[in-house]
Amino acid sequence: MTDLAPGVRVRTRTTDPDGHTRLPRYARGAVGVLVEEAGLHPLADDRARGRGGTPRPVWHVRFTAADLFGSGDHTVTVELWADYLAPIEEDA
Amino acid sequence: MSGDHTSSVISARVRHVEALLERRGLLGSGEIDRRIDEFLAGGSPVNGARIVARAWVDPGFAGRLLADANAAIGEVGLSMAGGLQEQRLKVVANTADEHNVVVCTLCSCYPIALLGPSPGWYKSEAYRSRVVRDPRGVLRDLGFELPEGTRISVWDASAESRYMVVPCRPAGSEHLPEDRLAGLVTRKGLIGTAAV
Repeated sequence: MTDLAPGVRVRTRTTDPDGHTRLPRYARGAVGVLVEEAGLHPLADDRARGRGGTPRPVWHVRFTAADLFGSGDHTVTVELWADYLAPIEEDA
Repeated sequence: MSGDHTSSVISARVRHVEALLERRGLLGSGEIDRRIDEFLAGGSPVNGARIVARAWVDPGFAGRLLADANAAIGEVGLSMAGGLQEQRLKVVANTADEHNVVVCTLCSCYPIALLGPSPGWYKSEAYRSRVVRDPRGVLRDLGFELPEGTRISVWDASAESRYMVVPCRPAGSEHLPEDRLAGLVTRKGLIGTAAV
């Protein structure tokens, strides 16, 4: 299991949960690269359901526009809870 | 989704919940308005402009700002602690080769303490949905044509951080003192939707 660290490639969750979540639809199931950790915060999905939860890592994750939309030469950096991310094992 | 901030249905619901909370003694009368006023007090793009001007004249400060913005803005007497909790600030700097632009695609997160209330277009569905997909086109529609070779980085404030852009220092501003430089910085420049 690869740990989350800058430079690690991740794939975002593909599920579309009921209710509040903070994984934007356009970034679901996409592959990006971790840029930096952006602090620890309770998961917004839990807070919206009245559950506090312990603070957990949030990451800046950089995606290429081509990976997200199939075109474009810019990047989009999205701030995502680690709960939404799974590292990609490079040799898998 | 909080996409439509002007919905009368949502407004009515919010008023109803507010009234219930007041009736049950969980919320003082007028407390929400008072809290919002406190949060907005002093929030102005003048603050962001001061940070940018200091970054332009002091490379050491600029480095600290990009590494840990919450700590660095204390050097100019500013803070992100004005709300219920201190918000994390992430500052990104434009260069000759790379341009940064900020959006919140999920709602309209924005560093009010440093930029004041956000412009209406920042909260619009059109800006929020399009700028991640076609930033160059959106900037062009806003009257800002980027050179063809400039790389664009879009930052989506989809969690807890708030973002601010340090624009490129205008050519010909070498002789201006810090306070005059701050006067050149606009709110759009701090969001990344205009040059300065």
